[in-house]
Amino acid sequence: MLKTRIIPCLDVADGRVVKGVNFVDLVDAGDPVEAAKAYDAAGADELCFLDIHATHENRGTMYDLVQRTAEQCYIPLTVGGGVRTREDVRALLLAGADKVSFNSAAVANPDVVAEAADHFGSQCIVCAIDAKTIETDDNGVGTRWGIFTHGGRKAALDADGNPIDAVEFARTVVAKGAGEILLTSMDRDGTRAGFNLPLTRAIADAVDVPVIASGGVGTLQHLVEGVTEGHASAVLAASIFHFGDFTIREAKEYMAAAGIPMRLEYA
Amino acid sequence: MLTAIIDYESGNLHSAEKAFQRMAREVGGGTVVVTADADVVARADRVVLPGDGAFPACSAALRGHSGLFDALVEAVETRGRPFLGICVGMQLMATWGREYEDTEGLDWIGGEVVRITPFDPALKVPHMGWNDLVIDHPHPVLDGIETGDHAYFVHSYQMRVTNPDERLAHVDYGGEVTAIIGRGTMLGTQFHPEKSQQTGLRLIGNFLRWRP
Repeated sequence: MLKTRIIPCLDVADGRVVKGVNFVDLVDAGDPVEAAKAYDAAGADELCFLDIHATHENRGTMYDLVQRTAEQCYIPLTVGGGVRTREDVRALLLAGADKVSFNSAAVANPDVVAEAADHFGSQCIVCAIDAKTIETDDNGVGTRWGIFTHGGRKAALDADGNPIDAVEFARTVVAKGAGEILLTSMDRDGTRAGFNLPLTRAIADAVDVPVIASGGVGTLQHLVEGVTEGHASAVLAASIFHFGDFTIREAKEYMAAAGIPMRLEYA
Repeated sequence: MLTAIIDYESGNLHSAEKAFQRMAREVGGGTVVVTADADVVARADRVVLPGDGAFPACSAALRGHSGLFDALVEAVETRGRPFLGICVGMQLMATWGREYEDTEGLDWIGGEVVRITPFDPALKVPHMGWNDLVIDHPHPVLDGIETGDHAYFVHSYQMRVTNPDERLAHVDYGGEVTAIIGRGTMLGTQFHPEKSQQTGLRLIGNFLRWRP
């Protein structure tokens, strides 16, 4: 049986982890490679590096990091942030990334997803979607979500100046060949209030590729809800693991106890 | 002892290279090189064929590299060098690929590569993530790997093997999905051993020591 994945995400800027990883046994908590090794040993199912200040000048730093990580970690690595072209995808795959994530560039031009997927295969093309609630029902429950780009600062608009619908956009990029959706709720990101479950479920049910839920995890029960109520195939979290609130093992055992199939043996 | 990982510009070879080199050091498995050089492949003691992407594109890329395809066939078919196909590299061992169009494979293991169609429509395709192996037939390269061990998969197509004796392991994903195939000196894994932590590293180490 396929297991639900837990994916710790490291925000990286200029080759360093932003918000250091708070593991006691790390020599250099700011070194993404050290943190990645620790998560590999701890039983993470995949890793994600997000280059939060991706600029042309610092790409070389990211390639070097990815290369050094791939030499020491034997679990899949997804890299995102500032990926604009098919050539960017190729450079990251050659450095050792297993999957590469488009975000703003896919909103500006969804065909870039098709170009990359046709060339490298859908299995390595992720589309990151940052979504924010734009309509709610009478109970305040979200019913429609818009796309945001540039780290959630900019609302994406279509040619007529209307918000781009997140569910429609997810369908579009999957039709173009995205093999996975990394969905972040801008309403919840950083709040520790739990995933935006109506959003997660709306997108997971709309596409036939796996959806990774992201944004808002504060407790282990939130991880469970992302799967059982949000229908996500994987859950991504940063702070709860980086700050040592919970270990990967605790998270997996909690989810397994809730009846979710998890990979518990590893080393 | 030289192991050649064939580079025909399909996918991420860095992880595979590093995993094979690490295990070669651990088990005394000789030298591991990533190469697009037909001469190196032809004289290699072991050959690894990775592959990511679509079956027709991978097949065309392999056949399109000058001399590489012939060198692979010579090393594996004629000289009987131990061979390991990974992911689409495994699928290329089949008689036919049915992805997008009908494409001839190497026909080293009888069967065809077809889209995964889980019984449960809620199951997503691609089949992506960690799944637990069910060993169908023991094999020296599976030494120390047991039913229940997890491996990392990412694929939308799978191989249906004609002769059940040649399917060495499978996983359950709304029906049985082929995980490992083998015949004689040839072996293939649908999953990525270089991304499957200890289970994958063990398989790689076993392959590098294998003397069929």
